Amino acid sequence: MTFIAPVPPGTDSRTSEEEARPSPSRQRSQRRLSVGKSHPYGLMIGPVLLMVFWSWGARSGFLDPRVLPGPWVAVTTSWQLLQEGRLQANLLISAERALSGLAFGTLAGVAAALITGLSKTGGYLLDGVVQVKRAIPLYAILPFFMLWFGIGESEKIIIIAVAAFMPIYLQMHTSLRNIDRRYVELAESLRVSYRDFLVNVVLPGALPGFLLGLRFASMSCWMALVVVEQVNATAGIGYMINLATSYAQTDVMLVGLVVYAVLGVTSDAIIRTVQKLVLSWQPTLGA
Amino acid sequence: MSRYPVYVRNLARNFGDRPAIRGVDLEIAAGEFVALIGRSGSGKSTLIRALADLDHDVAGSGTLVVPQNLALVFQDARLLPWKRVLSNVIFGLHGPDAASRGRAALEEVELAARARAWPYELSGGEQQRVALARAIVREPAFLLADEPFGALDALTRIRMHHLMRKISARHRPAVLMVTHDVDEAIELAERVLVLEQGRIIANIEIKLPPDNIHLGDRFAAYRTQLLELLGVEDSRKLRAA
Repeated sequence: MTFIAPVPPGTDSRTSEEEARPSPSRQRSQRRLSVGKSHPYGLMIGPVLLMVFWSWGARSGFLDPRVLPGPWVAVTTSWQLLQEGRLQANLLISAERALSGLAFGTLAGVAAALITGLSKTGGYLLDGVVQVKRAIPLYAILPFFMLWFGIGESEKIIIIAVAAFMPIYLQMHTSLRNIDRRYVELAESLRVSYRDFLVNVVLPGALPGFLLGLRFASMSCWMALVVVEQVNATAGIGYMINLATSYAQTDVMLVGLVVYAVLGVTSDAIIRTVQKLVLSWQPTLGA
Repeated sequence: MSRYPVYVRNLARNFGDRPAIRGVDLEIAAGEFVALIGRSGSGKSTLIRALADLDHDVAGSGTLVVPQNLALVFQDARLLPWKRVLSNVIFGLHGPDAASRGRAALEEVELAARARAWPYELSGGEQQRVALARAIVREPAFLLADEPFGALDALTRIRMHHLMRKISARHRPAVLMVTHDVDEAIELAERVLVLEQGRIIANIEIKLPPDNIHLGDRFAAYRTQLLELLGVEDSRKLRAA
């Protein structure tokens, strides 16, 4: 007979016992099939390891600084460029292009999706055109866009807008068309007006699709920005990178990459926060 | 044409060349509680959808008079997940008193405290009570319910029966409730209709004694009768024999 003494809080009384005699329930235990709970900062492990390897490579001479300078160079060169005023000037221009492109693309995407998603005629007229356009890569129409819109600022914004338009249109059109039949039936049985149906059923139902599209759109936006700034730009992050490439300034090229990465991650984080706030009715994204 | 709020004559509905409803006659008085039972595939859902005017693309004929002001309770609560409970109840209602009427309806189903909750935060029974509140807040002259308690557990179902009785006694709508549960039909309804292959083959008045002494016998008799009409042998009767 064993007596169990009260265990002071914080002590682990199980360890010694389990070593002494493995409990029979242990042997039968089912292997856990789900991935399990994730650590809040677990996602950082991969990037941090990469940074460590990169730093080690640059420090030890394994990586030639003319090929890839060390990560700290991005910080020091950024500081230098900021003091010269070059970085913020170029960043401002790039951000302006990307954001106006995203804004116009979003507006156009939502408008087009509403037309094709809510009306059969609109769908017949417009959806096919968009689907054909979708099959043409952005790079391929670039020459035509230059022909039509020149090589100035408006051409750049138009291309970014077109890149942002696609994902928003596709996601939103799909979710407008796939409104749950059961909710349509409900609205019919309650004899609600078309306006009430639109405002209370269709649009909120399409909101998750729209936000997903917006996330994709922000990514395409930065991608399009890189493309347009490689061609005949006189300012912007892409121009800065191009110029640095001509002079073999790998440190400035690196800063450009880091800026693109920061912009991409930040905009995605912003949209994800908005998603969480707006979609708090969803159990998966809510509390 | 008729003193009944719900008046149906010779109603037929076909899916292609397969008839689903063949010549149904039906009238329900104001305040009358009618249950409709039938095997699966007997046409219950088709009939309910026809009565609620939800069968846009279904071919059919017949006379169908139902009040404009009807409400339908589905088997699933069918709450809009992006609307809080109170907004779900008053969905489609306008006017300054909509919210207070919604709160009163929630009070009636004993859910006034959850007015600000999201639907996913409620249990299945609570969700179905919200759906009931959404129906009664419209003061329907005709309340249709399509297996409203079919997805609930036995205990919740008993609570819902009390609630349903209370509501129909208070608002006096004409009620047509589809159910696959014979006991539920006998317990709640004043009249039970049996649907078989798109026809109403029996119309049975339920008269249960007010006292509890003979209730069991009478209940069992109705049960056996209805199950026989449905082509099922009463297992309790077999055990007794």
